[in-house]
Amino acid sequence: MAMIATRSLSGSSQSPRSPSAQPSLSVSVTDPVKLGNGVQAYISYRVITKTNLPEYQGSEKIVIRRYSDFVWLRDRLFEKYKGIFIPPLPEKSAVEKFRFSAEFIEMRRQGLDVFVNRIALHPELQKSDDLRIFLQADEETMERARSQDIGIFKKKPADLMQIFKDVQSKVSDVVLGKEKPVEESNPAYEKLKHYIFELENHLGEAQKHAFRLVKRHRELGQSLADFGKAVKLLSASEQKTLGKAFSDLGTKAEMLSAKLQKEAHNLLMNFEEPLKDYVRAVQSIKATMVERANAFRQQCELAETIKLKEINLDKLMLMRSEKVGEAEIEYKELKVEGEEATRRFETIVHRMNEEIIHFQEQKTLDLGLAFHEFAKGQAQLANEVADAWRSLLPKLEACSSTHT
Amino acid sequence: MMGSHNRQSFEEAHLYASPEEMESLVLDDHPLSTAAAIVSVAAEDDPLMSPPLRNPNSSDNSYLDPPSYADVVFSPFDGDADAESNGFGSPRSPKSEGLAGNFGNLGVSSRFGESSSDFLRIRVSDPQKEQEQSNSLVPGGGTYVTYLITTRTNLGEFGGAEFNVRRRFRDVVTLGDRLAEAYRGFFVPPRPDKNVVESQVMQKQEFVEQRRVALEKYLCRLAAHPVIRKSEELKAFLKVQGKMPLPASTDVASRMLDGAVKLPKQLFGDSASVVVAPHEVVQPAKGGRDLLRIFKELKQSVANDWGGSRPPVVEEDKEFLEKKERLHDLEQQLSNASQQAESLVKAQQDIGETMGELGLAFIKLTKFETEEAIYNSQRTRAADMKRVATAAVKASRFYRELNAQTVKHLDTLHEYLGLMLAVHGAFSDRSSALLTVQTLLSDLSSLHSRAEKLEVASSKIFGGDKSRIRKLEELKETIKVTEDAKMCAIREYERIKMYNLSSGCDSGGSLQENNKSELERLERERHDDFLNMLKGFVTNQVGYAEKIANVWTKVAEETSEYAQESS
Repeated sequence: MAMIATRSLSGSSQSPRSPSAQPSLSVSVTDPVKLGNGVQAYISYRVITKTNLPEYQGSEKIVIRRYSDFVWLRDRLFEKYKGIFIPPLPEKSAVEKFRFSAEFIEMRRQGLDVFVNRIALHPELQKSDDLRIFLQADEETMERARSQDIGIFKKKPADLMQIFKDVQSKVSDVVLGKEKPVEESNPAYEKLKHYIFELENHLGEAQKHAFRLVKRHRELGQSLADFGKAVKLLSASEQKTLGKAFSDLGTKAEMLSAKLQKEAHNLLMNFEEPLKDYVRAVQSIKATMVERANAFRQQCELAETIKLKEINLDKLMLMRSEKVGEAEIEYKELKVEGEEATRRFETIVHRMNEEIIHFQEQKTLDLGLAFHEFAKGQAQLANEVADAWRSLLPKLEACSSTHT
Repeated sequence: MMGSHNRQSFEEAHLYASPEEMESLVLDDHPLSTAAAIVSVAAEDDPLMSPPLRNPNSSDNSYLDPPSYADVVFSPFDGDADAESNGFGSPRSPKSEGLAGNFGNLGVSSRFGESSSDFLRIRVSDPQKEQEQSNSLVPGGGTYVTYLITTRTNLGEFGGAEFNVRRRFRDVVTLGDRLAEAYRGFFVPPRPDKNVVESQVMQKQEFVEQRRVALEKYLCRLAAHPVIRKSEELKAFLKVQGKMPLPASTDVASRMLDGAVKLPKQLFGDSASVVVAPHEVVQPAKGGRDLLRIFKELKQSVANDWGGSRPPVVEEDKEFLEKKERLHDLEQQLSNASQQAESLVKAQQDIGETMGELGLAFIKLTKFETEEAIYNSQRTRAADMKRVATAAVKASRFYRELNAQTVKHLDTLHEYLGLMLAVHGAFSDRSSALLTVQTLLSDLSSLHSRAEKLEVASSKIFGGDKSRIRKLEELKETIKVTEDAKMCAIREYERIKMYNLSSGCDSGGSLQENNKSELERLERERHDDFLNMLKGFVTNQVGYAEKIANVWTKVAEETSEYAQESS
């Protein structure tokens, strides 16, 4: 698949295929199998982990996971590693009947594979306990963990869903600080925010057209097949050589129809899907921006509260009130909270700064590969088309233009 | 639609494209115009042998150069090129991509190979609104549209080289009707439909333009028919200034009325009007004024269908029946192929459009990234994107051009489907001629038996029965006239048969140069036209596929570094 992250475990940009003495962790998501019946049917995947890290039990482990397990992992990472752009998940299917189509399942499998690998290759995320649980725990434990957290994260997924469904105004209000008067006065960050929001629009449009292009290939394939059939029928009414020419043409058309269907699939997997992935990544960044805004707001609110408490404390101290002790304790506690809030916020800022650089680099590589596949596929298709039709020309020339 | 959209996109693209890319982006939009002007088709040349015309566009090593080839072979009268060098361009309307008269003109130039200098070219242009002269009964009505019909020819029969007349659609209907009457048994091309629409719609530009195109196609088809092109009717239509000299067809209602007036006489007395005059016999009963004849022939056809007895003359020509069946099959196949051709064209159009839109979206993205770039990775990405966008836009234009040509080539299928109507007409001419013969034969046999009975009856009476004798004489008179009519009808039927089907024997008065029948002409022409269609279609596909492949191959090479990185 066209989107392998290139960061190694050590955090530098070395190729991940370093000699085996190096710490390594590689994962693959394979083997989709339909389980259950009727409405409750779902797809399960086999997740294979190969590693030499001491924290993991043994060098190879295989577990069975379903989509909601991956969602759990993402949610936990999102909660714990604020500031990091958590790799995006492939969407839940909107259309019921599409849910079990071979193409959809394969696309999802690839998407999940890339998701886990990106986590495994991220210098911070790979150390997460949740990742270890995800990769190692037996199914029971996994299920327990999953259902537990549904309670805790009841609100969170809704928030995330909102974000992922791109309720633009709400998010942008929070992020761009329209709702509350508190916002960072950081011009670089402002620029980044606007960039991300606009980028999503542009990418979305490109992705939409890429998807349509896939459809157009299929449609052209279909009409070529129908045309070929019709032309072959016509050959029955014509003289020998001309009739043969008609039927050859029909056959070529049918053959090219198959090539078109193949290219449509190629386009979908290696061009449209990377574009969609890009869009999802941008949406993940937006979610991180929400977190940053929240953290900033918290920090500011606490700072306000602390100031008020300080004033109050001074007042109390002046009045030599007996409540001074209590107030002092409260004040100290608040100050600690305030420091924590500041630390949280700064962590997010720091992480984001690093993440954005890597994000840009990675996307250039990802998109470059997608473009290459796109161009290669189109060139190949066009050459096949040219060759197929060209082979007919000598036969056509052989048909004389006078009545035979 | 795509055109103007694309126009905008190119303007936009210029804003961000570097000068040298602008060069390549602003591809010659009409490589066709220069190529087409140079074209002159020698009818005997094998189109594929002529060398490709040089095209500023194709620096690539194309095996073939589709725009010029396609034009060389298929649109000799095409193009925005000035009419002089071309002889006579067929007008290009923004709507119709299948050019009017293309098929007809093709026929004219490539079929009369022996005397390739023979030409009859007709062009329809310049629609004008005109006021009805006589006071119209329709309130608020009274305007109609006329078209300028320009003819250029070197055929001797026309007695001139160029003619210009103004005609309205009603005149074309008249022409169509007169030709159908005069050329029974021939494959007379069907005239364009009368559209029953409101007068408001009639005046709309789109409708008028559609009609203009249809008229031109029709007239060119007439010009392509070896017999009809020299007909008096067509000549009159094309030459005579002012009002058309052909008698206008009266509506069926008044014809029926006339017939109704005659009927009592026919039934009750005047035996003269019972008989079908020989000259009337050569026209089909239907649509004529002779109601009695209509009834009789109807009765005969019913007798043919249901009656146990075989009619005296039967369509025995097995060869004809076989050919009829085959043509019926052909029609079905053509209809199917024509439909699929339409959807193929649509699919080609769609993919080109979507490709263009994709290119545009990437151009916007490129601009955005370039403006907002902070990191070099962004600038690199923007550059990659621009390559892809440019390629997509180019490919989209190639699809559009490919499709314009495809439409022209596959139009042959539609044309022949339309021609099937003409064939139907000819075959039904034949059937009704046969029916007339059969009816007359029935008539004769009953007349004869009546005469016999009278003779037997009167011979039994001495001295004869004056009234009976008189009746007998009248009857013999009727028989004689009916015999004449029968001979005419049979001759007419045989004539139609000859033009339909058989070849060779010249039974005097053959109107065709090469003495071949309509059916043979159809077979021959269809073979040639279909062959050309296939060649054109295939050549076109090859050429454009090559161009599109080149465009994408370049981009694939430029982005090949990414492939190596991930492997």
